[in-house]
Amino acid sequence: MWLVVVVGSLGCYLIKLLGYVVPQDWLAGERCNRVNALLPIALLSSLVVILTLSGSSGPLLDARLAGVAVAAVLLVLRAPFLVVVVAAAATAALLRLVVG
Amino acid sequence: MASINTQAVTIGVATGAYGISFGALAVGAGFSWFQAMTFSILMFTGASQFAAIAIVAAGGAPVAAVLTSWLLGIRNGLYAVSLSQRLNPKGWLLPVTAQLTIDESTATAISHEEPDNSRPLQQAFYRTGIAVFLFWNVGTLVGALGVNAVGDPSDWGLDAAAPAALLALLWPRLSDRTARVTALWAVAVALVTTPLLPPGMPVLASALVALFIGLRRPSCG
Repeated sequence: MWLVVVVGSLGCYLIKLLGYVVPQDWLAGERCNRVNALLPIALLSSLVVILTLSGSSGPLLDARLAGVAVAAVLLVLRAPFLVVVVAAAATAALLRLVVG
Repeated sequence: MASINTQAVTIGVATGAYGISFGALAVGAGFSWFQAMTFSILMFTGASQFAAIAIVAAGGAPVAAVLTSWLLGIRNGLYAVSLSQRLNPKGWLLPVTAQLTIDESTATAISHEEPDNSRPLQQAFYRTGIAVFLFWNVGTLVGALGVNAVGDPSDWGLDAAAPAALLALLWPRLSDRTARVTALWAVAVALVTTPLLPPGMPVLASALVALFIGLRRPSCG
């Protein structure tokens, strides 16, 4: 058990650290700056979709999708962050309460 | 800066509820409360932690649990590369910054990005990272000690709140056309590769979209 905790954790930490010790020279330049600006946008966009749709075995359409859809509508309407997040949670929770 | 604090605390509270869930599941999988805490302090990346304990709980090999946690942790390394120049951590701040580099801190950071001023991005990163670290670890302790006061996070809709919060943080960045195109392609790659690749890989596959678009377009962004 300790093997999983310690070796797993050290690896995860070193991966994070490695990203910061890449020499700054390598990251300079316009192209690298563009890639670096787009990288988290690509990663987080796909994460949003995976968190919304993934089930334990394949894609799963459930109350999460309704919650995130409500969030998207509120974002278009320029609602504040807290309102967007609470509305998404409330939508999913109420839907589950009603549908069961 | 009120909005950064609101975001940091909101995200912290939501992750804290998942921390409780993690603590309870870790103990259920056969880890001690102390091991659960070590996970949350040392590993501090939710997807890796949940995957590792799920494999152990299912009777999987320890090596599989370790490798899966690393695989899911790779995206943190990519966040680090991306944020490296703008956070530019030195001295004691480097190991701390590395540990705080997760989905939530990165999302809040880039949400507050300004062209020639990296202060808001830095404040957003550290405040969110610290808030999540505190709530996540307190949550883990509470859950591991068997005080499961919140029940299943999805009963509260928190499984919808997590992607909604990330979407809300990404939103201001999507006003830029190149960013929007990147996001759409990334989503397409994630949808296509999810049935084919093991967990963690589809998100990494979408990183190739950023690489491709970033290197290809001569003058944009």
